[in-house]
Amino acid sequence: MSRRRHSDENDGGQPHKRRRTSEPIEIEDRLESLICRVGEKSTSSLESNLEGLAGVLEADLPNYKNKILRILCTVARLLPEKLTVYSTLVGLLNARNYNFGGEFVESMIRQLKETLKSNLYDEALYLVRFLSDLVNCHVIAAPSMVAMFENFISVVQEQDGPQVRCDWYVYAVLSSLPWVGKELYEKKDVEMERILNQIESYLKRRQKIHVPMLQVWTAEKPHPQEEYLDCLFAQVQKMKKDRWQERHILRPYIAFDSVLCEALQHNLPPFTPPPHSEDAVYPMPKVIFRMFDYTDAPEGPVMPGSHSVERFVIEENLHCIIKSHWRERKTCAAQLLSYPGKNKIPLNYHIVEVIFGELFQLPQPPHIDVMYTTLLIELCKLQPGSLPQVLAQATEMMYMRLDTMNTTCIDRFLNWFSHHLSNFQFRWSWDDWSDCLTQDLDKPKPKFVKEVLEKSMRLSYHQRIVDIVPANFSALIPANPIFIYKYMDESSSSLPGYPVTIAISNAIINRSSNDEILTILKDVPNPNQEDDDDEGDSFNPLKIDVFLQTLLHMAAKSFSHSFSALAKFHEVLKSLTDSDEGKLHILRVVYEAWRNHPQMISVLIDKMIRTQIVDCAAVANWIFSPDMAHDFTRFYVWEILHSTVRKMNKHVQKIQKELETAKEKLEKQHSRKKDSGDEEEDKNSDEEDGLLEEQIERLQEKVESAQSEQKNLFLVIFQRFIMMLTEHLVRCETGGVDFNTPWYKNCIERLQQIFLMHHQTIQQYMVTLENLLFTAELDHHILAVYQQFCALQM
Amino acid sequence: MSILNALRSDSYVDISQYRDQHFKGNRYEQEKLLKLSCSLYVGNLSFYTTEEQVYELFSKSGDVKRIVMGLDKVKKTACGFCFVEYYTRADSEHAMRFVNGTRLDDRIIRTDWDAGFKEGRQYGRGKSGGQVRDEYRQDYDPARGGYGKIIKK
Repeated sequence: MSRRRHSDENDGGQPHKRRRTSEPIEIEDRLESLICRVGEKSTSSLESNLEGLAGVLEADLPNYKNKILRILCTVARLLPEKLTVYSTLVGLLNARNYNFGGEFVESMIRQLKETLKSNLYDEALYLVRFLSDLVNCHVIAAPSMVAMFENFISVVQEQDGPQVRCDWYVYAVLSSLPWVGKELYEKKDVEMERILNQIESYLKRRQKIHVPMLQVWTAEKPHPQEEYLDCLFAQVQKMKKDRWQERHILRPYIAFDSVLCEALQHNLPPFTPPPHSEDAVYPMPKVIFRMFDYTDAPEGPVMPGSHSVERFVIEENLHCIIKSHWRERKTCAAQLLSYPGKNKIPLNYHIVEVIFGELFQLPQPPHIDVMYTTLLIELCKLQPGSLPQVLAQATEMMYMRLDTMNTTCIDRFLNWFSHHLSNFQFRWSWDDWSDCLTQDLDKPKPKFVKEVLEKSMRLSYHQRIVDIVPANFSALIPANPIFIYKYMDESSSSLPGYPVTIAISNAIINRSSNDEILTILKDVPNPNQEDDDDEGDSFNPLKIDVFLQTLLHMAAKSFSHSFSALAKFHEVLKSLTDSDEGKLHILRVVYEAWRNHPQMISVLIDKMIRTQIVDCAAVANWIFSPDMAHDFTRFYVWEILHSTVRKMNKHVQKIQKELETAKEKLEKQHSRKKDSGDEEEDKNSDEEDGLLEEQIERLQEKVESAQSEQKNLFLVIFQRFIMMLTEHLVRCETGGVDFNTPWYKNCIERLQQIFLMHHQTIQQYMVTLENLLFTAELDHHILAVYQQFCALQM
Repeated sequence: MSILNALRSDSYVDISQYRDQHFKGNRYEQEKLLKLSCSLYVGNLSFYTTEEQVYELFSKSGDVKRIVMGLDKVKKTACGFCFVEYYTRADSEHAMRFVNGTRLDDRIIRTDWDAGFKEGRQYGRGKSGGQVRDEYRQDYDPARGGYGKIIKK
């Protein structure tokens, strides 16, 4: 076996190419492979491949019917981008074997029920769409499909259940119409008209409070950020005006029309939407991301308009491809670029728009941020002559519109851009952005460039950043990340505590024990005390300053050195930060010493939380303290806060999991006891039970205490936001000034960001939040954020 | 419900052919650890790449628990590799999918599963003190000490 790692020639490519050369042995594997691969690049036409496959499957039906049914149902559910390929296949099979067609439809209905019960709403959607396309393939009779849609729409008349429930059923109907609208209208126009009218009146009366929270840009120009149901309805209406013409979807079944129309159709059984239950988690509403229109793609095919149904279908398919292949970036990029029908559309623009749409999606992108960075790099590799230009164009457009971009999206934009640049030697036409140099540093454009350069520096080094930007950008270059030692040399000898720093340095070099260090620190005068505290146990900020400055200075060489230092002197630090004031002060000292190196501050705070030198609430209080007001809008501060909240959340989840595991273990033991009936065994397991029950009680307490800490953390954060924002709003009102300053926009969107990034956890504490903090007395600007958040799951 | 192997292909996460010859245990034990590991080996770094840079890049796939920079056994200076450990397997899988094969310090870096850091593994195993690959390298790489040792001799 080779000892070498991947060679340099192989540029991190996927090894699965090797797997494909070995043939699947089992017939079942072969069937799976044949079905999955139909529609991919082939020397024969799609039609002849489908014809051939239908013949093979028909022959295998007597022995492998159930397997074939399962595979087909699964591809219907998980490969929506190949919907029409598989619906045609099912149509051909139904024409050859009517019973099989019926069983397939039954299986699909069963699957639909299961996915709805399991909160798998995306998959349920693809199933509904598949069923509707089966109408086009003469497998399902149009009137029965219409009847199903009528049942879906009746959900909007229900009294109980949240709006998001009705939303899904309306969306399921509307999003199937690009595929089947023509056929259904031809057969049942009266009923379809009624359905569309009901949808229209629902859309008119439904609440849209959530929309501002989900928009990437607040401006209406150049492209309005529409609510997803409104946009889709407009697209359907336009399609209807166009007599249901839809020119984009690839429909292989048209070629087989003569065969398919001979087939007998099945009726869908009457389908009642499952009732609403408390465990149901419906998809959150969305806003449609648009950044391009036909004027942006200069030559070549025209981009379909924002309300054209083609636009919807293209975007849907591209989203589905990403959903299927996000784990394998080479495959994903190749599949995106080989999109069928790509010659009729400016594909690169659609791809870039869809990718940024996902990256900027609020509350969260569907996949981890870094996936999109890497996917775009792969796409640039595969289309080096065209895609980088589109990407540059997109970047330029987003830069121009920073003034109205949501702060959370700006975060993701600058993270993406700096990481992307680091893969391309930081090459960028910075001069094009020199307009930002004339603006105040707190304005969005210069702020963005500054943060990009800071992030870029973290991936490289200070001199590199100085080298890559023009000389006139110097004000935006980040500080050289060096330690600021207060007690540097004799010039600081007048500082109180200076002599002790010498003693501490020597003690550390001589490997003194923690106790010895604490003894030395007793000599540090306490600026807070008027009379001498004999015990010297009360909070002494100077002690923390002297010790930590000296320690961090000695360990400044690297992260590892600093972590080592924190670990070695953990006892000392714990005793110094026993009180809340102590915890706050240690954060201040870290900041003062490392304020040129935000990344170091961030990792030190992370370590201190994990080793319980400070707690999460202390970090939150520190961030909102007057000391940090000048850095309040800097990106690194929010990185720290969100990382802190995430640590808290993961901690609670971890203990909850331990409790669950212990409970399961106890239950297993109980059921084993019931079955055994052996007295000796019973006695032993009784003892075990007792231990387990004790453990469970302890874990229960741990969970409660962790949840209490978590709730407190959110209360602290929200309280501080409310105080800061209220103060600002009142000050502006009394001064007769416009409150909507860059600081205010940043602050209110950071409040939004807390809700959006941690929405699942916050849901648990809604009652407390509403009763204690977000009451009717609050300024309506602040209350609006809370109400928008509530509207996301209503 | 998921029966389609082709659909759930996740080849970037597969273990490679490399096996640590110094591993204390048999091949089966090593493979078992590799399949559960939260630790990655990172190779083809420049000698000048810092722990801070590695932290920043690998934090993009999740919270980094620890980084151990690889050192020349003789000189005790960086010799172009490191270990990155995450708190969860999921985060390390994201690194294999999205950081492996991208650039750090302008170089394409390579990540691979590691059975877990043990004291001593931070040192290069080449005769001269650096990595084995730098013993026999024929090309000139300014970020990795210039020519391979075999040429220098």
